[in-house]
Amino acid sequence: MSATVAIMRERFDPSRHGALLALAVILLFNLLVTPNFLQAQTLFVNISQVATIAIVAMGMTLVIATGGIDLSVGAIMALSGALAPLIFLSDFAAANPTLGLTASIVVPVFVALCCGIFNGVLVSFLNVQPIVATLIFFISGRGLAQVLTNGNLQTFTNPSFSYLGTGRVLGLPFQGWLVLLIALILYWVVTRSIFGRQLLAVGGNERAARLSGIPVHRVKIGAYVICAGLSGLAGLIVVAINSASDAARIGNLMELDAIAAAVVGGTLLQGGRAPIFGAILGAVIIQLVKYTLLANGIADEVALIAKAGIIIAAVYLQQARKE
Amino acid sequence: MTDFIQMTGIGKSFAGIIALKDASLAIRPGEVHAIIGQNGAGKSTLIKILTGVYRRDAGDVRKDGKPLAVSTPREAQDAGIATIYQELSLVPLRSVTENVVMGYEPRTRFGLIDWKAAHARTREILARFGVDVDVTRQLGSYSTAIQQLVAIARAVSLDAKLVIMDEATSSLDDQEIETLFSVVRNLRDSGVAVLYISHFLDELYQICDRVTIMRDGQTVATHVVAETTKLGLVSEMLGRDASEIQAAGLTALSGGHGNPGEVLLEAEGLRSKTGLRGTSFNIRKREIVGLGGLLGSGRTEAARAVFGLDAVSEGRVRHHSGAALDTPAQAIALGMGFLTEDRKADGIIPHMSVRENITLAMLPRLKRMGAVDRERERELVAHYIDALQIKTSGMEQPIRELSGGNQQKVLLARWLALEPEILILDEPTRGVDVGAKFEIQSIIRKQVADGLAVLLISSEFEELVEGADRIVVLQEGRSVSELQNPGITEGALINAIAHHHERSVA
Ligand SMILES: Nc1ncnc2c1ncn2[C@@H]1O[C@H](COP(=O)(O)OP(=O)(O)OP(=O)(O)O)[C@@H](O)[C@H]1O
Ligand SMILES: [Mg+2]
Repeated sequence: MSATVAIMRERFDPSRHGALLALAVILLFNLLVTPNFLQAQTLFVNISQVATIAIVAMGMTLVIATGGIDLSVGAIMALSGALAPLIFLSDFAAANPTLGLTASIVVPVFVALCCGIFNGVLVSFLNVQPIVATLIFFISGRGLAQVLTNGNLQTFTNPSFSYLGTGRVLGLPFQGWLVLLIALILYWVVTRSIFGRQLLAVGGNERAARLSGIPVHRVKIGAYVICAGLSGLAGLIVVAINSASDAARIGNLMELDAIAAAVVGGTLLQGGRAPIFGAILGAVIIQLVKYTLLANGIADEVALIAKAGIIIAAVYLQQARKE
Repeated sequence: MTDFIQMTGIGKSFAGIIALKDASLAIRPGEVHAIIGQNGAGKSTLIKILTGVYRRDAGDVRKDGKPLAVSTPREAQDAGIATIYQELSLVPLRSVTENVVMGYEPRTRFGLIDWKAAHARTREILARFGVDVDVTRQLGSYSTAIQQLVAIARAVSLDAKLVIMDEATSSLDDQEIETLFSVVRNLRDSGVAVLYISHFLDELYQICDRVTIMRDGQTVATHVVAETTKLGLVSEMLGRDASEIQAAGLTALSGGHGNPGEVLLEAEGLRSKTGLRGTSFNIRKREIVGLGGLLGSGRTEAARAVFGLDAVSEGRVRHHSGAALDTPAQAIALGMGFLTEDRKADGIIPHMSVRENITLAMLPRLKRMGAVDRERERELVAHYIDALQIKTSGMEQPIRELSGGNQQKVLLARWLALEPEILILDEPTRGVDVGAKFEIQSIIRKQVADGLAVLLISSEFEELVEGADRIVVLQEGRSVSELQNPGITEGALINAIAHHHERSVA
């Protein structure tokens, strides 16, 4: 009985319903129109490109679930993406390849985590509006990355590092598996862990959460830290895919893609819900829209308009619930 | 006489669960009509169908004999139906004036909002209710009672033919209710019909002409109030035999029979920015201490201060362990709980399930390897749903879908599940039906007998007088006297409040 009720509820959820429908429409459209859509190559390209959006979107989902937003994800990607080659191209890494490689992954992610702490502290303890708080790194993070690299494009050949972006496991891109792994972990966190419960409570009703003894500040900082850490990781993947690092371009406009993916996936902007797999679904839709337009020779700028349209539709569906 | 509003054969279900089936309601022009029924009987749902918040699945709604088609609350308002919903739908961050005139702002010649006129009109409307507040301040900065009065004032000012009040008196004290009643009588005399939903049967006999009884989504009967007895109404509401109910009795609490133990918490000369100006009291093991006082006397503020929510500028709160109480988390860790008066703003997490809402305050204790121990959680939740008879389609149902009284029970369960040492209850039975109130009060009594200490705030004098072992009377932020049970009467309490009031005014 209660199981059928639960299923009914799922079925009545227009935000999810809508996203799946949109995915079906896009796939159908591509099958009919886009040349060579049904090829393994297409799948690989899309998986490797959707991975970064999906990873950041999952982090964004957690932040939005607290009722916040993180505009700094793209800049943090640039920062970590700029740091990595600096480290493994250094003399130190030349002398200790393994250590150098490890450091080139650990250090950028660590720096990203620190950015997350900064964002979180501003938002929670200092009570700064999330948009304003994360605007600080949105503006300065990329600048910092460019200063670190003197604005140069860093190119490299480092097969071990490039594995992050070009490796294959069981025939599928490595970062696809990484997305799956992160999603499973975060899904567990959101649905099973104490932290996840607290996160949703803070987003659902912050005053009530505080009155129930939930450490609201710590929970919010946690969300921003996870989001920043995942952004850092995504920055590394972008660099690995390209075997080059351009601080001006890594993660450019990623904040918009991530927010769009989260919202399309059913995250409520008011907070209180964190559909992790929804975020991946959203990322896939965003990616496919981009790909579809590109493959059919339509300008990038049009893709932006299409994305805006998707966000409007998703928000409209969220609001349109009426019993 | 033709009915002003006539609803027949109304059916409504939510995601397959039936809330109303074949419900009906007929309101005559210029009458005060009550709806009563247990929590979850469908009262709020029925009026939300009338006002266009929900769409009905079946049935017919007529106004003055003609079919009435409203699909939004705004259309209902324009059709002459003004509503005060059970869960206040005001905007706490906006000024009192904005809340009162919202949607009907007076305009200047240039089409801009005429704020001077708006403030003046708001003041005038509120004055009818004896409310004198700064109308330019945020509504949220005032107490729930004031907010409720503002909602009522707004509805009454809309020049409606029907005013619907869904549990509008739940946080008002006797005096405010008296004021409300005189306004209701005025409305009736000028031909406006009033639909009045309440769990206080006494109020029915004071102002209602007819009463409709609902049970399990159906209309059971409509009577002329003067021809009914309280016992008869209760038995129809519960669907049980009158003799059975009489045997069980209807009031559970009787204070003053326990033997209180050591002092667990002591508040000494508290002063705060929130309006405390010298409040002292203590709470002992195995006793219920009531806080009595008028609106604005600082009862809720005192509770917030002891729970570590508001900072005190002078005086101190001493917990028997010696630990400081400066955050709710700390208070909870020390075994305290605080059921707040505003369940929408401070209580429920709307998207979360009944299960998650009940265990919210005790998450650290359900921890098993970083995760929530789901088995133990389910067991606990099932126990409280059963003990408090929470009407829900299952523990996974989102709490926002529960009826008001059932949400209140969930919040009470949240704090009882914590098995606290000291429990602060601010209006614990607000919106709860007569039967459930009895259950809740006896559960609390039983826990007190087992050692629980309770700080009780209630605008319902009866609950306070009969429930508390001691009542500390507050007046403008100061504790002025203390009454001891057994022996407190409602008269004595009112006297104590009024007496000191006069003296301090003089
Ligand atoms: N939006 C909703 N979704 C699902 N179920 C709902 C919804 N609103 C109400 N219900 C269900 O309909 C039933 C009737 O609820 P309603 O709020 O009308 O009760 P009520 O008589 O007003 O109770 P109370 O005295 O507690 O306010 C309840 O069982 C409730 O759970
Ligand atoms: Mg109700």
